[in-house]
Amino acid sequence: MLKVSQPVKRILVPLISIFLGFLVGAIVMLIFSYSPIQAYASMFQGALGSMSGIGETLRQATPLIFTALGFSVAYSAGFFNIGMSGQALAGWVASIWVALAFPSLPTYVLLPLAIIVGALAGGFVGAIPGVLRAFFGTSEVIVTIMLNYVVLYTSTYLLQNVMPKSFRSSTDSTQTITSHASLRMGWLQNAFGGSRINAGLFLALIAIIIFWIMMKKTTLGFEIRSVGMNPFASEYAGMSSKKTIIMSMVISGVLSGLGGVVEGLGTYQNFFTQTSSLSIGFDGMSVALLGGGSALGILLASLLFSILKIGGLGMQTGAGVPFEIVNIVIAAIIFFVAIDYVIGLLFKQKKAKDADAGAKPEQVIHQPKGGTEV
Amino acid sequence: MTKSEYVVEMRKITKDFGGFKANDQVDLKVKPGEIHALLGENGAGKSTLMNILSGLLEPTSGEILLNGEPVKIDSPTAANRLGIGMVHQHFMLVDAFTVTENIILGNEPSHLGVIDRKKAEKEIKELSDKYGLAVDPTAKVRDISVGMQQRAEILKTLYRGANILIFDEPTAVLTPQEIEELIEIMKSLVAEGKSIILITHKLDEIRHAADRCTVIRRGKSIDTVEVKGTTSEELAEMMVGHSVTFKIPKAPAQIGTPILNVKGLKVNESRGLPAVKGIDFTVHAGEILGIAGIDGNGQTELIEALTGLRKVVGGAVVIKGKDVTNAAVRKITETGVAHVPEDRQKYGLVLQMSLSENLALQTYYQAPISHHGILNYHEMRQEALRLIKEYDIRTTNEQLRAGELSGGNQQKAIVARELDRNADLVIVAQPTRGLDVGAIEYIHRQLIDQRDQGKAILLVSFELDEIMNLSDRIIVLHDGKIAGEVRPETTTEQELGLLMAGSSKQAAAQEVK
Repeated sequence: MLKVSQPVKRILVPLISIFLGFLVGAIVMLIFSYSPIQAYASMFQGALGSMSGIGETLRQATPLIFTALGFSVAYSAGFFNIGMSGQALAGWVASIWVALAFPSLPTYVLLPLAIIVGALAGGFVGAIPGVLRAFFGTSEVIVTIMLNYVVLYTSTYLLQNVMPKSFRSSTDSTQTITSHASLRMGWLQNAFGGSRINAGLFLALIAIIIFWIMMKKTTLGFEIRSVGMNPFASEYAGMSSKKTIIMSMVISGVLSGLGGVVEGLGTYQNFFTQTSSLSIGFDGMSVALLGGGSALGILLASLLFSILKIGGLGMQTGAGVPFEIVNIVIAAIIFFVAIDYVIGLLFKQKKAKDADAGAKPEQVIHQPKGGTEV
Repeated sequence: MTKSEYVVEMRKITKDFGGFKANDQVDLKVKPGEIHALLGENGAGKSTLMNILSGLLEPTSGEILLNGEPVKIDSPTAANRLGIGMVHQHFMLVDAFTVTENIILGNEPSHLGVIDRKKAEKEIKELSDKYGLAVDPTAKVRDISVGMQQRAEILKTLYRGANILIFDEPTAVLTPQEIEELIEIMKSLVAEGKSIILITHKLDEIRHAADRCTVIRRGKSIDTVEVKGTTSEELAEMMVGHSVTFKIPKAPAQIGTPILNVKGLKVNESRGLPAVKGIDFTVHAGEILGIAGIDGNGQTELIEALTGLRKVVGGAVVIKGKDVTNAAVRKITETGVAHVPEDRQKYGLVLQMSLSENLALQTYYQAPISHHGILNYHEMRQEALRLIKEYDIRTTNEQLRAGELSGGNQQKAIVARELDRNADLVIVAQPTRGLDVGAIEYIHRQLIDQRDQGKAILLVSFELDEIMNLSDRIIVLHDGKIAGEVRPETTTEQELGLLMAGSSKQAAAQEVK
């Protein structure tokens, strides 16, 4: 047992989790006779070894930050939003539609308009399970999962049957948006070796700051946290848990929608038929849990995730490791982070334990009463 | 077979929770065939000591002797084997199972893998008859009264061969009549040679039931005394370390204008069945109206309806002349209502939040704690520090999570938050449940203070003492209706007990005479 203080532990535990994840990944690769050293070297080479690699990693992190923030807001209110894929997709389609409908509007009108419409589309899709849960008590897990499919196939239908023909370049994809609606910036792309990095990154960083202020400094954040932690006491104190749940889901949907917007207006510059739910939705969930729901944690976790994803491509090309193995490594890391409680047990929390025992004798004494310690 | 004068002997038991000594060299000696009370405030270390005896906790040092022989009790199973049984405060029963099924749970007598229910039922019936417990072994737990559930718990320990029974605050959930019955049962158990350790902080019970009493204060055993030669005042003083007043003196009520009018109120419980069946009452400024009754007779639903947490299905609630029937919680609160809820951990506090955030739970959206939706944490902490000081909340700091406070201090925090808003109507439910004498005295003083300042106070309590000591008028709820209204000066505990059990006022008065 190691004796460390609380802040050190908070940094050490995720680091150990990550290390163990890499270790398991290495073992898996050894079993399938790939060289883990070569593989990990090409992973980091691919993700961080060149300006364009770094640019792609940052580009990859951008939508993940949005969806992770979205997940965290809902999660704080006690709402398990698995529908971020659908909400992001709605944002993507809506923003591209606006961009294609008004291609010649000036940038300072078109770009904000496309972003806002995309965000609202995400917010709308997010509001549906929120309203259903608040008024009818439906399980948000089922509703959000199902809505992912509804949005997925609706997006295909909209693309193929509803959008004006002139928007499309083929049955499966739209025209590329004009530069007036694009989040790409020439100087930024040049600085990062021609990667697809875009101004969405700045929006994501701003979103992190707004998220932090909202959750920590506003009455809305106070209500969201309070309702999430104890809906009964919140109702007692006159908060409306209905309103709070709906609000948190709208915000969650807006953030997820923005994740889709940066994919559309930034990464791809068009919309094309999706064959499965967007991975940024589910990855965002992992990033949020990995980051412990805190603003800084989400930023770091999204970077780690992107390094794994982009580096994973490098592992394929550089070391010939199939992407399936790369996914095992990613999954192993998430697994170890998810069981960080177990890893935390490795540490004897000297300081915290003393403080605990001194402060809550009552708690300690009464603990076994409920039979929890039996 | 007894080699020692004592059936249980705990010597110099110390339990150290990482620097905090919950038990510090505690001695406890129980004679065979006695009811031995273990008296102490909440957090004094009674439960820790008993958890050590029943194998849930291991002592840091010290030894335990049973019948003069040192034993090691390292698990509840070991305690069971040694004949130590615990009757828990919160019953450990499965509602959907019968009494028999509950008793044999985990220890089922079986024949070729099939449970031999008949045999178990017979044995349980015999045990029940032997000790006069009057429990029907085939009844489902959810269908029997709280008193009978407790007797089922007692049967469970007896069935498992317990010789030493530990009762953990057994009377908290019982009516006065049921308490009498329980004391009779305990006496018949010791007459049959069992030994009983009774954990309690109620002095009356000790006087009625116990032979000897060991007092624990702040983890140390203070003394063991013969109950007969000791007064309640002496016991209380040993328990809290200073003299206490049981009855807080109060001036006659200065009754003012009506503040709360309840007219023909009907409320349903969660399953949609009527819980409050048309009641009328009024609370005036400057008085305390006590609502007595056994748990589950509509009190919870009544309070929830008055405070906006539950829908009113009929009748009206008028506060200060404003109709607030089915109004939103916050609107009712802002009309001038303070509410100390019955379940302080579920409704009163967000346990994971800090004390200062909890103290701001009703005012966070107003200046000075927030402006235009932006919280001012500095102001919030200043407010918290003021309340902590004014209401004597014992905490290391204002940022401590509310869940880490002791029960008494959690309640003080709620009382501070609610009373500080200077509301005209103060609704308090079970304000002292589970609190120690010191905290009870404190909260009672606060309530009488509020009354004397001209506030209208509605007090719901299952504790008759509390109702009798504080109220200016008492109404008794039975089955969602008002069974009678009495005055504390002219009524008796017996009369209240009978009203609570559903007798009419006339019948109750008759029987008491």
